[in-house]
Amino acid sequence: MTLLDQPLVLGSHSFDSRLFLGTGKYPTMQCMVESLEVSGTQCVTVAVRRLQLGVPEGKTLLDYLPRDKYVLLPNTAGCFDADHAVRTARLGRELGIGDLVKLEVLADPKTLLPEPLGTLEAANTLVKEGFTVLCYTSDDPVLAKRLEDVGVTSVMPAGAPIGSGQGIQNPNNIRIILERAEVPVIVDAGVGTASDVAFAFELGAEGVLLNSGVALAKEPVRMARAMKAAATAGRDAFLAGRIPKRLYASASSPTSGVIAGE
Amino acid sequence: MNEILQLIVNGEPREVGEGTTVADLVAALGLKPQQVAVERNKEIVRRPDHAGTFLEHGDELEVVAFFGGG
Repeated sequence: MTLLDQPLVLGSHSFDSRLFLGTGKYPTMQCMVESLEVSGTQCVTVAVRRLQLGVPEGKTLLDYLPRDKYVLLPNTAGCFDADHAVRTARLGRELGIGDLVKLEVLADPKTLLPEPLGTLEAANTLVKEGFTVLCYTSDDPVLAKRLEDVGVTSVMPAGAPIGSGQGIQNPNNIRIILERAEVPVIVDAGVGTASDVAFAFELGAEGVLLNSGVALAKEPVRMARAMKAAATAGRDAFLAGRIPKRLYASASSPTSGVIAGE
Repeated sequence: MNEILQLIVNGEPREVGEGTTVADLVAALGLKPQQVAVERNKEIVRRPDHAGTFLEHGDELEVVAFFGGG
């Protein structure tokens, strides 16, 4: 018996792996390469940044990310207003990667929480410009719906602040977002360990995006493997359909035919 | 007469000669055109237009590539 899953479709892209990994903060490039490989991801995020001028160019990030293996998802990390994020998205597209963008418009450097109004404004602009917008957002169900209304391809609520490793802090909000969403929901940010990934999938998330949880683990490659296993476990558990929680016990063994007691 | 143009490239002042194109600048920076994206005064200069886009005094340029990120 084979237990198949549907691929996750985002715009013109189709992914068998539902895990999305970042490419930042790994101790070495080799470690990043191995971690991505082991995780089974097919889509990785990248940042758009100024080149350091006057520094001879060695290997670039793209040399480590074979295009036949990974779809690149440029982000707008570090942008604190809509205009800045839109310009960064356009530069990402100009780099020749395609129309995918992970839109982030952040409120401030300390919380890195999404700035809701700027996010909505930038999403609207980028959708009109033909981008496939995967939109980082807070776990606010109302904003998630508004983003969907302007045409984003996926809403990506934060489980917890970026890099905080706290796991999903408000599962009820994520559940409401999932229940109402008509686009795929990818939980993005806050993943600290494998159970956070499993939990996101058990709630019904279509995907999980993480970076620090793997890159900053003591053994990133091993954690990448754990994340892959957790994604499979959580997704399967969701598809299988969990039993309802009950207050009292319910015997698993037959209640009749028990041998005589005292 | 070859006038000197003052530019800002990635936030730093830089001088080039009159008649310099975006393609010339990218080459002078030692970069491969297919690995960079260029924004001039907040507008993208598409790669096919690099060779035909002449820089002007006071232009502000951003020359970017992909780096690791989440």
